[in-house]
Amino acid sequence: MDLSIAALLAQDGITNGAIYALLALALVMVFAVTRVILVPSGELLTIGALTLAAFDQGHVPGTVRLVAGAAVLAGVIEAVRRARRGEGRRALAGAALWAGIPLALAALAAWMGPRKLPLAAEVAMALALTGALGPLTWKIVFEPIADASVLVLLIVAVAVHFVLTGLALYFFGAEGSRTPPFSSASFDIGALRVSVQSLLVLATSALAIAALALFFGRTLYGKALHATSVNRLGARLCGISPDFAGALSFALAAVLCAFCGVLIGPITTLYYDSGFIISLKGFVGAIIGGLASYPLAAAGSLFVGLIEAFSSFWASAYKEVIVFTLIIPVLLWRSLVTHHHEEDE
Amino acid sequence: MKRGLNVALAVAIAAAASAARADITIGVTLSATGPAASLGIPERNTFELLPQSIDGQKINWVILDDASDTTKAVTNTRKLITEDKADVIIGSTVTPNSLAMVDVVADAKLPMISMAASGRIVDPSNPRTYWVFKTPQSDTLMADAIAVSMKANGVRTMGYIGFADAYGESWLAEMRNSLKTAGIEIVAAEKYNRNDTSVTGQVLKLIAAHPDAILIGASGTPAATPQKELVARGYKGKIYQTHGVANADFLRVVGKDGNGTLLPSGPMLVYEQLPDSNPLKKSDATYVTQYEKRFGTRSTFGGHAWDAWQLLAQAIPKALAKAKPGTPEFRAALRDGLETANVVGVHGVFVMTPHDHNGLDNRGRVMVKIEDGKWVLQK
Repeated sequence: MDLSIAALLAQDGITNGAIYALLALALVMVFAVTRVILVPSGELLTIGALTLAAFDQGHVPGTVRLVAGAAVLAGVIEAVRRARRGEGRRALAGAALWAGIPLALAALAAWMGPRKLPLAAEVAMALALTGALGPLTWKIVFEPIADASVLVLLIVAVAVHFVLTGLALYFFGAEGSRTPPFSSASFDIGALRVSVQSLLVLATSALAIAALALFFGRTLYGKALHATSVNRLGARLCGISPDFAGALSFALAAVLCAFCGVLIGPITTLYYDSGFIISLKGFVGAIIGGLASYPLAAAGSLFVGLIEAFSSFWASAYKEVIVFTLIIPVLLWRSLVTHHHEEDE
Repeated sequence: MKRGLNVALAVAIAAAASAARADITIGVTLSATGPAASLGIPERNTFELLPQSIDGQKINWVILDDASDTTKAVTNTRKLITEDKADVIIGSTVTPNSLAMVDVVADAKLPMISMAASGRIVDPSNPRTYWVFKTPQSDTLMADAIAVSMKANGVRTMGYIGFADAYGESWLAEMRNSLKTAGIEIVAAEKYNRNDTSVTGQVLKLIAAHPDAILIGASGTPAATPQKELVARGYKGKIYQTHGVANADFLRVVGKDGNGTLLPSGPMLVYEQLPDSNPLKKSDATYVTQYEKRFGTRSTFGGHAWDAWQLLAQAIPKALAKAKPGTPEFRAALRDGLETANVVGVHGVFVMTPHDHNGLDNRGRVMVKIEDGKWVLQK
């Protein structure tokens, strides 16, 4: 291996690492606020990318029907829940809100489908549509069991992962797609050829991380989420609705995951079931950050990306083994340096 | 969803009917979901084109999905044998599933026709394969075609990148054999996974070894990942693919980076370009026209399902003359019929013998080149 190969591998590893970092941030955020480990994050990633691919080919993406179906279900659930509580009039309003907004989005997307709008509009629509799946999943699946133990939430999250994989196969088919690159240009720095696309991935990841930091540090909603993650009961006493916090964190996470999909779509071919292994790598990154620290999770993900790139050069047959074995020393190290505290329930 | 209900209904009706009369029951297990879904779906579509009766005898088709999962394939096979009283099993789509099913049908003593690639499924040295046949070309036949083409193109050294699974491993093993006779050396062999987001590391290592040609041992659209990377990194040698990429989706994903790529394939892929004297041209036209009218672009994988039926269509009348469906005698007669089958299918001319339960020869393969998003037959 000479220096130029090492530089190429590092570039590749950092690009992938940036994507894992975004996923890790989504995982950490959702876990902190709702105690759900977002196993289906990979599916949201693929759905985001495949939605954009469908727009690109001038089809109406299957996501439209998926979101519409979930919206109707969420509306009914909300109406029934409120009606049971005796909030007759608000039942209708709640249902209209939960079903109405996603249905409107779906209708807009269906209108956009065959019309080849500019790439930016297609990306925005793909993010919005997939983003809508986040709160809908929260409403239909997790809100009714929000107080269950972490283990139950994890098992349900695994179930959601399988359901979404199946739905993705139904709506998008078995074959993979690529999305058009934002830029196919590249330039040389010395012996190293740098593609603009990978720089874009890095820049937008950094931007997303900065935006998240700003959101949690400076805005009221961000602070409300942060408060919920620190102390759910305390936040509730201060008038923050944990249901709202849950829905908001799921929405943010879904948009983040879809964004990863949009970034990675031009670099690799994505299939309906590609997401799981990508999200697992983000998960390893998040674990390095103890599922709590955003900067550590981002750094851990970059590390995972680099390890992956270099092991694919030296021992391609054992690449996944090497990446996932990484989690054992990390867990050992974390269990030694952190104080274990029992969950209070 | 609606189709699922229809299938369930059809199965229920079929089960009720089979209890009443001794119809022929054909049990199918294929991989319509899971990693091999892009192979299994055209196969399932093809079964919808097949007739519901033969020689006035009604056929019950019982079609199950094994989700590309080996355990599920075995469970399905057991269910088809015990509950549906199948006379013959067709399946499964992929090699690991088919290998696992061999023992089940050998114990139950009924014939099975696999739609998977590996030659080991019908290995004549294994007595358990007495009941097993298969329709797709074996890897050996296809690997040999690649070696011949490489030699003709003056290739001296080859690099290999393939799936880190049974498909990639068995192709590498077959190529080692075929290349030895052709005098071509393998200078680098790398692995990757179907869902890998990047193959930069492997590709850099391959290019550093300076092979004259590179073979990508992968199937379906994932085979485009190393190809696009090789082109992006400026590899100038010849790129070969396996017949596992012979579908329209691969062309869509690989785009202009696929130009000049060579691969072996069943003649069905390019049947329009075959000379009129080729016996396959007519059978290919029959199948492809029917398929494309209902399901869109052809897939060579669907052809394997069609060929399985062509074999049965010749063997069933012979077996009917000897015994009644649903009896052990009928199943044995059906097996004997398959072993002596001589059929012009869509993938080649099948001449079955006790030592060759695949029956395909060089007529079952052609070399194809990708030019501007089209398959072009190489003479």
